[in-house]
Amino acid sequence: MSRSSSLVSIDWVQENLANKNVVIVEVDEDTSLYEKGHIQGAITFHWRDDLQDGLIRDLISKEKFEALLSKSGISNDSTVILYGGNNNWFATYAFWYFKIYGHQDVRLIDGGRKLWELKGLPLVTEVPTLTASRYVAKERDNSIRTFRDQVVAAIGIKNIVDVRSPQEFSGELAAPAHLPQEGGQIKGHIPSAKNIPWSKAANEDGTFKSNDELTEIYKSAGVDFTKETIAYCRIGERSAFSWFVLHELLNLQNISNYDGSWTEYGSLVGVPVAVGA
Amino acid sequence: MRTCGATPGGPDLAGVDLANQSVIQGTVLRGGVSDGVPNGAPVDNAYVRLLDSTGEFTAEVPTNSDGQFRFFAAPGSWTVIVLAHEARAELKVEAQKGTPANLIIQI
Repeated sequence: MSRSSSLVSIDWVQENLANKNVVIVEVDEDTSLYEKGHIQGAITFHWRDDLQDGLIRDLISKEKFEALLSKSGISNDSTVILYGGNNNWFATYAFWYFKIYGHQDVRLIDGGRKLWELKGLPLVTEVPTLTASRYVAKERDNSIRTFRDQVVAAIGIKNIVDVRSPQEFSGELAAPAHLPQEGGQIKGHIPSAKNIPWSKAANEDGTFKSNDELTEIYKSAGVDFTKETIAYCRIGERSAFSWFVLHELLNLQNISNYDGSWTEYGSLVGVPVAVGA
Repeated sequence: MRTCGATPGGPDLAGVDLANQSVIQGTVLRGGVSDGVPNGAPVDNAYVRLLDSTGEFTAEVPTNSDGQFRFFAAPGSWTVIVLAHEARAELKVEAQKGTPANLIIQI
């Protein structure tokens, strides 16, 4: 993977609005955004209703993923273009999800919804008419996903990157500052984790920094690129953003997302926890 | 236009535990000042960023249909940046428990 195969510009999107092989999908934290207006022809996935199992805490099954993509008119050879609000947090989560189930050509709009709006580009409210397809997913690729026991075993051995804000890392806040500070978890971070907030990888307008800048950010924070790296945050979305940076933009191998993240780790009995900067 | 007598600042605080939350909130308005009072149209698609005292990004929210936003911060000094189409504003704010910081931001 590389920047050119995983990322498209808003100019590219405008030139490909009529491209029949392109399916644009908006994925937001604030799911009302799509109804207010979206890129022409875009469909939307709801991060919870469409992408969470609903009964157990897990990704949807392969069969449900196939059904979701089939009813959305996405074929195995479609070019799927993802974007969303909140600096593409949930769009990168969806990107990771498409990779878990082996979709070949999925790309992210650099800057996402924010750049589109800041540029004053048109948003429409009409919802496209979809023609169902027959999508066949691959078995889950768990090489890009980490589970709790693997995280505990990785303490002090692999790179663990906590991509939350410094206040969440230190234990000052339990959640991002735009959310109420509730939750049953204790506060703090996984011992030996380096705090490299997801936001360091993004420019103010939501676009990604250059590969040289990104490499410097991770290296100067102490990430050893010769080792495996696990990214985590609170619920796995922001860490999908940082996973995208490392795995897709910088084309590094052995990068995984611990989507259980702090809401799981901070609730585990008996595991070590660190606080402070 | 914001009507005369409307409550300035951020969204309704009903249900917010102000004793334990350090709220920074406000309204983003585009243009318009009447007798020194901001009186512009609410900007419903602005992006409001919260940076900590070291300039580190902490959070970002879009404004709602009334141009309003809210952060649940920690007590202390913060910077609020507003981004909108062809506009940018930046200001310093103090957050504390008990009393929300209510901002009106002109762009």
